[in-house]
Amino acid sequence: MLRFILRRLLQMVLAFFGTTLIVYALMFAGQGDPIQALAGERPVTAAQRAYLTEKYHLDATGVGGFFYRYFDYLGGLVRGDLGQSLTGRQISDILAAAWPVTVKLAVIAMAVTVIFGVTSGVIAAIRRSGVFDHATLVLTLLVLGIPTIVLAPLAQYFLGVRWPVFPPTAGAQPSFYALLLPGIVLGSLSLATALRLTRTSVTENLRADYVRTARSKGLRRRRIVGVHVLRNSLIPVVTFLGVELGNLMGGAIITEGVFNVPGVGFNLFRGIRTEDGPLVVGIVSVLVVVYLLSNLVVDVLYAVLDPRIRYE
Amino acid sequence: MTQNAVRPTPASPTPPGGHLLEVRDLHVEFRTREGVARVINGVTYHLDAGETLAVLGESGSGKSVTAQAIMGILDTPPAYVRAGQILYQGRDLLTRPEEERRQIRGAEIAMIFQDALSALNPVFSVGWQIGESLRERAGMSRADARKRSVELMDLVRIPAAAKRLGDYPHQFSGGMRQRVMIAMALALDPKVLIADEPTTALDVTVQAQIMDLLADLRRDLGMALVLITHDLGVVAGVADRIAVMYAGRIVEHADVHALYRAPAHPYTKGLLESIPRLDVRGQALSSIRGLPPNLMAIPSGCPFHPRCPYVQQVCVDEVPHDLVLGDGRTSACHFAQEVHDDRDG
Repeated sequence: MLRFILRRLLQMVLAFFGTTLIVYALMFAGQGDPIQALAGERPVTAAQRAYLTEKYHLDATGVGGFFYRYFDYLGGLVRGDLGQSLTGRQISDILAAAWPVTVKLAVIAMAVTVIFGVTSGVIAAIRRSGVFDHATLVLTLLVLGIPTIVLAPLAQYFLGVRWPVFPPTAGAQPSFYALLLPGIVLGSLSLATALRLTRTSVTENLRADYVRTARSKGLRRRRIVGVHVLRNSLIPVVTFLGVELGNLMGGAIITEGVFNVPGVGFNLFRGIRTEDGPLVVGIVSVLVVVYLLSNLVVDVLYAVLDPRIRYE
Repeated sequence: MTQNAVRPTPASPTPPGGHLLEVRDLHVEFRTREGVARVINGVTYHLDAGETLAVLGESGSGKSVTAQAIMGILDTPPAYVRAGQILYQGRDLLTRPEEERRQIRGAEIAMIFQDALSALNPVFSVGWQIGESLRERAGMSRADARKRSVELMDLVRIPAAAKRLGDYPHQFSGGMRQRVMIAMALALDPKVLIADEPTTALDVTVQAQIMDLLADLRRDLGMALVLITHDLGVVAGVADRIAVMYAGRIVEHADVHALYRAPAHPYTKGLLESIPRLDVRGQALSSIRGLPPNLMAIPSGCPFHPRCPYVQQVCVDEVPHDLVLGDGRTSACHFAQEVHDDRDG
C-alpha cells in the first residue's frame, strides 16, 4: 500500500507538470503582445515596456523563450510563490480569501448529497417500484436534465427574491446561512447522481448470494440490509462522493457566479474573463494539486472499504 | 397469473412419533412476466434425526427450491408456496409467523450453498461472519464469539484457524471457503443441515474431502443432513436414502443400495447409465435423450414421458402415482416393477 501511494505521488508530480504546462501554454503562447494585453486600452510608456520585458523575460522569443518563461514561473511555483495577478495582488492572498468560502460551500453541498441522496437511494432500493422510488426517479431525472445555469437562477429567483427564504446573493464574507441556497443548488446535481448510484448498488446487492446466506443464518432484515447490504453497496457511492468532493473543492464557476459567492470558481471565472494569465494559471495549478490529492485519497479509501482490492 | 394469494393447506394434527422434518405435498410456483412456472408439484419427503437424505436431480428439477422453502428464504415474488406442509418437529412451518421461522433458521435448520465465494460476504472477515450468528443470535460477547469461531474452524479442519480468523473470503481456496460456510452453518448447533450442491464448484479431490467432512460432522454432531446434488457419484458413500426429483416431483425414493442395485424409475435408470464407467472400454457414453421439461408447460401425464424409453399411451394420459415396491421404496412410474426387474435395459 505504501509503495502504491509513493508511486502515485510520483505520478502526480508528472501530472502536475503536464497540466501546468498545458494551461500555461493555453494562456500565454497565443498572446500577441502580452504587455499591451496587461495594460488594456491605456498607452504603455517605453520605460514601463522595458521594465515588464525584463521582469517577465519577454525578450526571449519563440519556443525557447516560452519554455524559459515557463520554467521561471515553475521555479516560483515550486518555492510556493504563485506570483501576482495582473491587478497586482498576490495570488496566494486571493486564494487564501477565496478557498475557505469554497470549502464551506463544498461541505454544505456534500452534506446535502449524503443526507438526502444516499438515504433516499437506500429507501428507493428497499421499496423498489414503490411510490417513493418512482417519485425520486422523476425528480432526479428532472434535476439531472436541468443545467445549473438554469437551476441556479431559478432557485435564486423563487427562494431568494419571490419568496425570500434565503438571501439571494452571498456577497463578501458570506455567512453560513447565505451559503445555504448556493450549497443546495450545487449539491442537487451530485445528490441526483448519488441517489441513482446508491439505489442501483443497493438493488444489486439485495439480490446477491450473500444476502441469501445472511437470511439463512436467521438474521433480522434490518441487520441484513443495514450491515451486509449497505457495507457492500456504499463502496461505489463513497468512491463517487470522494471524486465529487474533489470537484467541489475546485469551486463552482456557475453557482458561485450566480449567487455572487467570492470563492475559487468566482475568482477563476473573473481571471478568465479579464485574461488575467497569472491568476488563471495560478489557480488552476493549485486546483490540479487538490484534484490529484483527492483522487489519491479516494483510491486509498477504496482499498480500505473493499478488502478484495490490493494495490501492489 | 390466475392463481390467487398463497394458499397453504390447513394444518392437520401431527402424528405422534413423526419425523424430524417432513415435507408434504409441497407446491411452489414462480410467477413471472412470461407466465407461471410450476416449479414444485407435490414434493413429499421426510428426514429423521441423524440420517442423511440425498435429493438428486438435474438443474431446474426443484431440489434447491424445496430446500429454500424449508428454510423460508424463497424470494417472494416471484416464488409462492401454493400448497403443502413443511413439518419440523411436528409444527407446520408454513403457518408460523415470520419471526418464529427466523428463529428456526440457523439455530434449528441451517443451510450451506453451492458457491461459497458468492455466498460469503466479500467485505467481512470470515471470523466476523462465523461469529455473527454467535453474537447476534446466541448473545455471545465478541471475545467469546471469536474463541468459538476458532473452535468451529478447527472443527471443519481449517489449518491455522486462529491465524486465518481475520482473513477475507477471497483469500481462501474454494475448498477452504466451503469449510468456512460449513463452520458458519454449524455455529448454532442446528439439528438439520441442508447442503445445496456443496461440492459442485470444487475440484474432484476437494469434493471428496468436503463430502468426508460432512459425513464425519453429521456423525459426530448427530445432525440430520439433506444433501442436494445432481451428482450420483457424490452421494453413494454418504447418503442413507435417495430421493430423485424430476420436474418438481419426487419420482423415485429408495434406500441408497437398493436404488443403485436396481432403479425403479426410467429417469433414475438413465441417470445411473449416464455415469461414465472406467471398466467398460470403448463404449459410447449413454445419456438421457431430450431436454428437461419447460416448467411453464409441463407435459401431460408423466412429465418424463417425452424422454422415456418405456413410454406407453398411459404415460401420456395419466399422472402416475407413487408405487410402493417393498422396503418402503417408491417409484412414480406406471411400469415401476418392469423397470426394476429389467436389469439390462
